[in-house]
Amino acid sequence: MEAKSSVKAPLLAVENLGVCFTHGAMQAHALRGIDLEFFKEEIHGLVGESGSGKTVTSTCIMGLLQSPPGEITSGKIVYDGVDMVPLPEPEKRLYRGRKIAMVFQEPGKYLNPAFKIGDQITEMLILHLGLDKKAARERAVHLLDLVGLGKDGRVLDSYPHELSGGMKQRAMIAIAISCDPGFLIADEPTTALDVTLQLQILRLIKKLKDILGMAVLFISHDLGVVKEVADRVSVIYAGRIVETSTKGKLFENPLHPYTKLLMLSIPSAQRRGVRLATIPGRVPDADKTPEGCAFHPRCPLAIERCSRENPSLGDFEEGHRVACHRAGESWIN
Amino acid sequence: MDVLRFIARRFCRLLLTVFIISTLVFFVVRVIPGDPAMIIAGMDASPEDIMAIRARLGTDRSLVIQYFDWLWDIVHLDFGTTLISEEPVLTLILERFPLTLLLAVLGIAIGIVVAVPLGVISAVKRWSAWDYFGLVFSQLGMAIPSFWLGILLLLILAVRFPIFPLFGADSAAHLVLPAISLGFARAAVILRLTRASMVEELSKEYIITARAKGLTERMVKYKHALKNALLPIITITGIEFGYMLGGAIIIEQVFSLPGLGRLFLYGIYQRDFPLIQGGVIFVAIVFSLVNFLADILYSIVNPKIRVE
Repeated sequence: MEAKSSVKAPLLAVENLGVCFTHGAMQAHALRGIDLEFFKEEIHGLVGESGSGKTVTSTCIMGLLQSPPGEITSGKIVYDGVDMVPLPEPEKRLYRGRKIAMVFQEPGKYLNPAFKIGDQITEMLILHLGLDKKAARERAVHLLDLVGLGKDGRVLDSYPHELSGGMKQRAMIAIAISCDPGFLIADEPTTALDVTLQLQILRLIKKLKDILGMAVLFISHDLGVVKEVADRVSVIYAGRIVETSTKGKLFENPLHPYTKLLMLSIPSAQRRGVRLATIPGRVPDADKTPEGCAFHPRCPLAIERCSRENPSLGDFEEGHRVACHRAGESWIN
Repeated sequence: MDVLRFIARRFCRLLLTVFIISTLVFFVVRVIPGDPAMIIAGMDASPEDIMAIRARLGTDRSLVIQYFDWLWDIVHLDFGTTLISEEPVLTLILERFPLTLLLAVLGIAIGIVVAVPLGVISAVKRWSAWDYFGLVFSQLGMAIPSFWLGILLLLILAVRFPIFPLFGADSAAHLVLPAISLGFARAAVILRLTRASMVEELSKEYIITARAKGLTERMVKYKHALKNALLPIITITGIEFGYMLGGAIIIEQVFSLPGLGRLFLYGIYQRDFPLIQGGVIFVAIVFSLVNFLADILYSIVNPKIRVE
């Protein structure tokens, strides 16, 4: 009992989050009870194919779920002890950008083309931190230095189209961290960049996490990228977390067949010459999630029970949770 | 640096446009049937008289020589004298231009003041009462001919209730009804464009960023979206304004205003080559100049255009 209280509490916790989209008579359960925990100074990678619910999760955490058509049907999103789901819009806005910030996939589209980078940074500082223009600009110069865009603040007077792809993403990150948020969401931040830039941006996010002590949600469809940055990894499939653990345990001993298949689909030097695995089929549409375990139609280990009974997310070993009836079993000789 | 190069490029384009138009006009006017010498001489003039008048006008020379002669004068801002009254064309135009300019400014101002706010509200509150009001307004504006609206306004506000004067251009009050008649149609166009442009910008990704930054909805819409949405509005307003500076023939007739439109119409009736040519070139220059200014304004709002 004593020991329990010394376990550090998560900065942000998503508990049993359910989201449903309604289009006329059609209902799509995009999230079907998601649990995620985020700790300070830790990058939590969320991996899944497109359509699995990654973006809906981050949209909910930002408090930006459009309703209608979307609706949070169950669960909580607790930041530092406060459940944000029931908060009225003006109070949600106090979190957005100030305590929870976000970096998007394509900085070229997510930066406003008509404003200088400096204005896009300082407007947040003026709004959230109450700085005057001069102080905001000084802080913006410092922020640009922090993200590797030079010490002289020259980029402040640039428009987005004057910057390269990598610089745009750095500017986007500078905007996100401008108010020293506790929690950062990075939604596929490197997918639109070429490989050499990817690594630089990943390193930058890691560095900033350490300097600012942020908890980071790192969303990616690419397990290889997640392996590079994350401290903790969760795998999402059809609106449910199917496996979650520290990075070390998950990559050493993947328990869910879906996680294993994802790993086999990453090219690696050790398995040179071996055919990469592909997972047949695709993520089911959110309005046609199969009965039982949502993965069973694509699963090489599926048994009759899998089509009847949805496995719950349980501890397989200390700190390693999985939702599978045949967790840890293998189909490879 | 970018800005200067951009302006220089646009200015060259302006000169080229004016040159092409002036050349076209010169030849088109001469292809239209009708000989000014015969009009001046009257019905029963002798062939010798007509030849003499042609010689005086210079229309007996070959087209090519007339063309270069005329081009030379244009470069020196000499638009010639009218054939009939032999007054300098430029003087006639400049006499009438202030009224046309004022009317155009008022018309476009009415268009902008009514249409931009209503278009923005229509886009922000889509399918609301405002939006439907805007829809009906713009449909009417596009469907109703401005002369009909002008006559209607005159009948109601000048004849039935004599609030405004019936015709003439002696005071500001004389311009209110013509400006409304002109502005209504502009407002309709600008309103539809504003709504469409604003709706498009609101669906862009940077709006999500603006919301994620914790900005108020007001800042998201009226700062981030509106600045981008203004771009096509500036262009179209510039073009509409340019058109209006060419004079509004029908509205000037309805309200008996001595503007450019009526001057040019008179010139066409009389086959007054110098007046028609001078008029078209003047309008082309003014139109190009307005678009040139609109382009510069556009480049201030949208820095990206400068590097394209």
